[in-house]
Amino acid sequence: MKIQILGSGCASCKKFYELTQQAVDELGLTAEVEYVDDLQRIISMGVMQLPTLVIDNKIILSGLVPGKEKIREIINKHRA
Amino acid sequence: MNIFYPLQKLADWLVYQVLSVMPQTHLADALVFFIYDYLKIIILLAVIIFIVSLIRSFLPPEKVRDILSRNNKYLGYGLAAALGIITPFCSCSAISLFLGFVEVGVPLGITFTFLVSSPMINEVALILLLGTFGWKVALIYVVSGLAIAIIAGLIISKLKAEELVEKFDQGATTGALIGGAPMSWPARFSYARDYTGGIIKQIWFYILLGIGFGAWVHGYVPANFLAQYASADKWYGVLVAVLVGVPLYSNAAGIIPLVAVLTEKGVSLGTSLAFMMAVTALSFPEFVILKRVMKIKLIAIFAGIVTLGIIFTGYLFNFLL
Repeated sequence: MKIQILGSGCASCKKFYELTQQAVDELGLTAEVEYVDDLQRIISMGVMQLPTLVIDNKIILSGLVPGKEKIREIINKHRA
Repeated sequence: MNIFYPLQKLADWLVYQVLSVMPQTHLADALVFFIYDYLKIIILLAVIIFIVSLIRSFLPPEKVRDILSRNNKYLGYGLAAALGIITPFCSCSAISLFLGFVEVGVPLGITFTFLVSSPMINEVALILLLGTFGWKVALIYVVSGLAIAIIAGLIISKLKAEELVEKFDQGATTGALIGGAPMSWPARFSYARDYTGGIIKQIWFYILLGIGFGAWVHGYVPANFLAQYASADKWYGVLVAVLVGVPLYSNAAGIIPLVAVLTEKGVSLGTSLAFMMAVTALSFPEFVILKRVMKIKLIAIFAGIVTLGIIFTGYLFNFLL
């Protein structure tokens, strides 16, 4: 499972990243959470709204920071 | 019948029965007013944000971009400004939207129109203005915001500023990600619910603070106390308001209750609104992020035009109202 948070370095993007990292830790997963702030990469991925949560190369959530509960729920859903 | 009648009852009940405050006292009046006002604004916000985010689920940035890139040049500015109202983005997205738009050939001027309109005019500000000052002020706010956004875009396109955009080598495309499948209705509702919840969670406290502070000032600071410094006939009012407002950055929810207080205490409406627009439309964190793709000169031109536009609007309001 590959989890990525795409962001531009703004406060909400960082918060999203931290929440996701915490959610992964709490779920006891070994999945790595990557914070991508390389704009070239972000644009070439075709993403325009930040922050964006990407799991296994699939855009899951764009443009808003959800609560930790919601993130846990999402990760759980994509665990299979 | 007033649709907010049940809220009035609720506020009365809370104050007189639950808190057992003596009716017809200053404290009781202030408390009832405060609870009623607060609940009304929160409910209005939740309803409108929900509706707007539902509409927005049909308008992801990709679609906005497509609409703007194929449309007629002049219609494009109007569209960009109008779309900016219903698609707010956090300043985090400014840069990726900018690159994404320019990359597929949306003209630079139209891209800027969108970048100006989106943070400056938003539904939260609109509702708060509507609730606090009435529809006339809300309307003028929207019209002048649209005008500033369109004029800023037109000027930037006339300046041929393309060379001020940093060369941005896309390099080998690593392949676009798999986007979400078209949203189903339940997904749209769940998106709208999450978004609304997120925004309310972010701003409920600011509004509480703003209205509470407003209620306190209402009782303790004499009305028109600030008029001696900032009434409409003081020519420097708007200038000072904008100069103070630009370095501050806050969302509209935090600033409007404050604006209401300022106005009540005698600051003219044009001056207050100029202050609010300066705080919400221009932010230094956003400039720092934009610097990665634009020359400082372009950012300065952008900030300069918007600042002048806001100053002009402030004077216009003071003159008209």
